[in-house]
Amino acid sequence: MLTLEKRAIPSRFWARSTPVLAVFMTMIAGGVLFALLGKPPFEAIRTIFWDPLFSEFAFYYRSQLLVKAGPLILIAIGLSLGFRAGIWNIGAEGQYIMGAIFGGAVGLAFYPAEGWYIFPLMVLAGAMGGILWAMIPAMLKTRFGTNEILVSLMLVYVAQNLLSSVSFGVLKNPQGFGFPGSRNLSDYPAAANLDLIEGTGFHWGGVAAILAVLAAWGLLSRHILGYQIQLSGQSPRAARFGGVEPNRLVWICMGISGGLAGLAGLFEVAGPAAQLTPDFNVGYGFTAIVVAFLGRLHPIGIVLAGFLLGLTEVGGGIAQQNLGLPAASIQAFQGMLLFFLLAMDVFSNYRLRWATTEVV
Amino acid sequence: MDLSAISPVLLIASLMVSATPILLAAIGELVVEKSGVLNLGVEGMMITGAISGFAIAVETQNPLLGLVAAALAGAILSFIFGFLTQVLLSNQVATGLALTLFGLGFSSLIGKSYSGVKPPASARLDIPLLSDIPILGPVLFRHDLMVYVSVAIVAGVWIMLKFTRAGLVLRAVGENHDAAHALGYKVVRIRLLAIMFGGACAGLGGAYLSLIRVPQWTEGMTAGAGWIALALVVFASWKPWRVLLGAYLFGGVTVLQLNLQAAGLAIPVEYLSMSPYLITIIVLVIMSSDRNRTALNAPASLGRTFHASH
Repeated sequence: MLTLEKRAIPSRFWARSTPVLAVFMTMIAGGVLFALLGKPPFEAIRTIFWDPLFSEFAFYYRSQLLVKAGPLILIAIGLSLGFRAGIWNIGAEGQYIMGAIFGGAVGLAFYPAEGWYIFPLMVLAGAMGGILWAMIPAMLKTRFGTNEILVSLMLVYVAQNLLSSVSFGVLKNPQGFGFPGSRNLSDYPAAANLDLIEGTGFHWGGVAAILAVLAAWGLLSRHILGYQIQLSGQSPRAARFGGVEPNRLVWICMGISGGLAGLAGLFEVAGPAAQLTPDFNVGYGFTAIVVAFLGRLHPIGIVLAGFLLGLTEVGGGIAQQNLGLPAASIQAFQGMLLFFLLAMDVFSNYRLRWATTEVV
Repeated sequence: MDLSAISPVLLIASLMVSATPILLAAIGELVVEKSGVLNLGVEGMMITGAISGFAIAVETQNPLLGLVAAALAGAILSFIFGFLTQVLLSNQVATGLALTLFGLGFSSLIGKSYSGVKPPASARLDIPLLSDIPILGPVLFRHDLMVYVSVAIVAGVWIMLKFTRAGLVLRAVGENHDAAHALGYKVVRIRLLAIMFGGACAGLGGAYLSLIRVPQWTEGMTAGAGWIALALVVFASWKPWRVLLGAYLFGGVTVLQLNLQAAGLAIPVEYLSMSPYLITIIVLVIMSSDRNRTALNAPASLGRTFHASH
């Protein structure tokens, strides 16, 4: 009879190889799923994982890769700090939307003025929007002990309704012939977040993502706060004895993750999306949760995972056009990926042993 | 605005219908949490139930078969969660989120060919004589079968947890899995059964939404109902009859805001549509503000991984 024996220290080998194994198992399981649903399995897998990089039209898709990976990495970096400390902000999608609304509103308020200061102000407002939205679950958690998972998630639906309200209302384009949605920010140079290098998909969001990765790496490996975050996640009791204030960590982790999600929203709405519409958000906030876990909550891992999931997002778009798969089916892939990853984590935390007698 | 168009009798009758999906999902999750497991995948199981039930009902033209299929689909999906968290000892929060993501994607994958299709109609139980009573008749006795089934499940869960040995064992496992294990109870097996019961209930709730309440299939149609069901369990302090009360209160809010939208109240539609979520947050805050009470009611082993090391 096989039994599990807890390892004193998680295996580094398994911690690093499980993400790769999980990706391969997801491809196999995904192929089986597509075959069962009567879609060509090999073509579907190739379309999602291969075509964005190496097909005939890859020159276009490659720039899309950075467009998708940037916000995913930015949001996931913020989430990973909280997840390490056992603070579950799963409402990043709502903070992303609020960042876009706040930042976009500031930009639109200045229209049609020109000035170098407009875009920085928008960035600031975007971060503030995300932080404020994340402060609601943080406040309720620290003050009343309310579950942050449920509150942050409920706020996603509230944010979505707010978004639709402003795109039909106060922020609607006065010259938009009655269509919902704001003015097109890419036509407004002072507020536009264009590619820094033409045609690469690398805009200010990419810069922010790089800075966030470096800062998170420094924080976790060189700063006392990073140590406290990891300590609280592994042993909350020991952390309290060690003088860590749990409420302070809630505020900090929620604030950082909310701020980064808000930034991602602003960069998206001023860049690739170009306008606030009731459905400009495409679920980056939820995909980023998968990115954070697949990257083992480690900054470098998150970069790799962000590119991989960015790839599936691009590939999912191609599959939608060429194979008629619904857009959300890529979520099934992401869910499976997380399943396999979590399932195989057992090998990094436990050892398989043959037990000769069974008493359990 | 014309508030006189809102009839209180119809309002109460329709709140029972609108509450049934979350009532089913929440009573299932209550059993899961009583066994010490936190399954955050309710939303994913609900939407999978919604599409499975819908597809089977359309293919067989039999709504009852659809409901059975939905319960099965929910149970199968929850078994994945159970296997991962109980046998492979994965983190319950992360696994539950994965379940929700997977369910949302999977349902839209199979649901694509079913959008715009009309499901077979479910029969209403017009209980003779009783349904003719003024006011009480339309409120209580003119619903479809599932409204009564959901109340029966609540009663069944209450009896099981309070008066049976099986319920006592389930609660013991949820309060202290190590002690329960030492007494010889099969912690993992009991939890797996509880998880699958929760999955079946969530699946039924989803199918009720797509087959009876709406009735139609649209992508992402549960729109957070699964998460509200999770909040409802906290609101109910893990007590079955309070889940019923909470679900009906919540159904009332939903129906009222829909009626106000239709009556053309001066408040924009978006603010009315966000009210159920805001009310859920407020209720959660009120319930959790008294920390001692929450700590007393919540199963002590909730969300903790059980590993029998000896």
